[in-house]
Amino acid sequence: MAATQTALTDDIPVINPGYKFDTIGEKIDAVVLGPTPKGWFVGFAMAFVVLQALLAGLTWLLYEGIGVWGVNIPVGWGFDIINFVWWIGIGHAGTLISAILLLFHQQWRTSINRFAEAMTLFAVACAGIYPLAHMGRPWFFYYLLPLPNTMQLWPQFRSPLMWDVFAVSTYATVSLLFWYTGLIPDFASIRDRAKNIWVKRVYGILSLGWRGAAMHWHRYENTYLMLAGLSTPLVLSVHTIVSFDFAVGNLPGWHATIFPPYFVAGAVFSGFAMVVTLAVPVRAAYGMKDFITDKHLDNMAKVMLVTGLMVFYGYGCEAFFAYYSANEYEQGLFMLNRAFGPYGIYYWLLILCNGIIPQLLWLRSVRLNVTLLFIISIIINIGMWLERFVILMALQRDFIPSSWGQYAPTFWDITTYIGTFGLFGSLMFLFMRFVPMISAFEMKHLIPESHVHHDGDEHGHSSHGTHHEGAHA
Amino acid sequence: MSTKTEKPGLFGLLAEFETTQAVFDAANAVRKEGFTKVEAYSPFPVEGLWEAVGHKRTWLPVLVFIGGLTGATCAFFLQTLTAGAHPDSLDPLLDGTVSTLTGNMLSFNYRMNIAGRPFFSWPAFIPPIFEMTILFSAFTALFGMLILNGYPLPHHPLFNNKKFERASSDRFFICIEATDPTFDREATEHFLQGLKPLSVTEVPL
Repeated sequence: MAATQTALTDDIPVINPGYKFDTIGEKIDAVVLGPTPKGWFVGFAMAFVVLQALLAGLTWLLYEGIGVWGVNIPVGWGFDIINFVWWIGIGHAGTLISAILLLFHQQWRTSINRFAEAMTLFAVACAGIYPLAHMGRPWFFYYLLPLPNTMQLWPQFRSPLMWDVFAVSTYATVSLLFWYTGLIPDFASIRDRAKNIWVKRVYGILSLGWRGAAMHWHRYENTYLMLAGLSTPLVLSVHTIVSFDFAVGNLPGWHATIFPPYFVAGAVFSGFAMVVTLAVPVRAAYGMKDFITDKHLDNMAKVMLVTGLMVFYGYGCEAFFAYYSANEYEQGLFMLNRAFGPYGIYYWLLILCNGIIPQLLWLRSVRLNVTLLFIISIIINIGMWLERFVILMALQRDFIPSSWGQYAPTFWDITTYIGTFGLFGSLMFLFMRFVPMISAFEMKHLIPESHVHHDGDEHGHSSHGTHHEGAHA
Repeated sequence: MSTKTEKPGLFGLLAEFETTQAVFDAANAVRKEGFTKVEAYSPFPVEGLWEAVGHKRTWLPVLVFIGGLTGATCAFFLQTLTAGAHPDSLDPLLDGTVSTLTGNMLSFNYRMNIAGRPFFSWPAFIPPIFEMTILFSAFTALFGMLILNGYPLPHHPLFNNKKFERASSDRFFICIEATDPTFDREATEHFLQGLKPLSVTEVPL
């Protein structure tokens, strides 16, 4: 660590030198094909135990009803939407890394995109539980789908909650397709490397028989790029629509035009924090420091700094809107409730976690200090949770003081929330064991030997396809 | 490697290369020699290799565009016909065609009056239209790619060749298939040897 701290971050490579095509593949595939490390069993067992809290929480909820949660009138939404927005926001970094950074030719995305995408899928799975559970009778969830029925009753398409159904389900589906597309060649690599016939068969089926033909790669690259191009507006739309859940309501503190951009920035902010939280222990445990270098952590820290500033700007806007609205309810919401109300302490904690502490990331020494960065990433995750809590608490004091109320989560709220960590952790451990956690074929593309020069082709037929790429080596 | 006369059970001849540059130059040479039933294989996409072998650009983007349009159209009509438009509200625009086409179908649906807004409030329909556009495009992109590539195909004659196991790891291959009109067991092998590959082997069917 000491050596890299003094180096300029521009000099840190995205893949440490000395790797060849086969050693890259071997190192990544060895995690899947090799023996299961003891630490994996410990980690998975812990996550699986925590998962039981989710099972208990949901079982009791279904048996007893929504009353076991702390939601009430006027606070009709509580932990359910806080955690829904929190988890789905975390997912956004995965899509950002895999899609937007691909379109911008950011090579450093390559080694972290696979598990960031996995993180997206699992975070969306955790998020999806909340709206379903909050229905109270989740077996009627199909009322949300546009299905022909004997009542001739269709969903209310003008509602942001309905848009959410479309946005989140599309997001989950497209993320899965994107993830699987990236996995096909790597499954083929495991198939070819495996010795055990059953392992060969399973990964052979998963790889669909991929054999890496030039034309197949051509279509594949087209597909990958198009999926990236499609995911980019998609990821922006998802959190925009999530913010509409609030902003479209005519409620002080929610009805603000800043909400969509500020939600998207917050989502990326929390998502990158979660990627750092996961990448630091994973690269240490699996010895992947050659692939996930300090350069990656440094770049992610910079993204956190930028998005953190955007979010901070959003908080400023909210305060300014309240002041400038000349509306007593907007001002009252901000002064009597959000900043200095019964939950005011959480507002100031939020400013501390999301606004003040991330400013440390201006310093290179902090960005390159893995321990500090890890701690800051967890603080940001807490801060982003607090943000949604603070936004939600706008509900407790609205227009008429006689209808003011209070909100406190119950034991079951907290149990269910903790349980989702178990679900996330269990899925993450299964992913790391059975799926190549780094995209091997894309890593091979990072080393100079992967590029070709078209000098040998005096015919000129293929020159336009190669000359600009060949120069990158 | 055997030099027996052409067997009926031959898929083709497989030349193995060590570097991207070697396979790229060899692919150009093979194309110029006039072979058409040729494919190159690599563990990761090599820029321009598909053109060097002599393939045409894929029309997958066109399919995806059509898929996206289909999604947008479906979502628009789904919302307009179920939640929104009564024939009366559309017909001024479309000159009576809508009620002719849809007939009584619409009058059975329970249209919800939401805060007195028009039934055909199309701006509110945009978010689902957008999401469906993306969803249909993404499905077309992945499944279009798989179908055009002929997957899933769990087995292929190439897997009969032991050397091909490294096609997903660190080796590059060119296979001239026996169905090529100019394929000749000896002459083709001689030609491939001239490209200085690591090896030339048969791919049995």
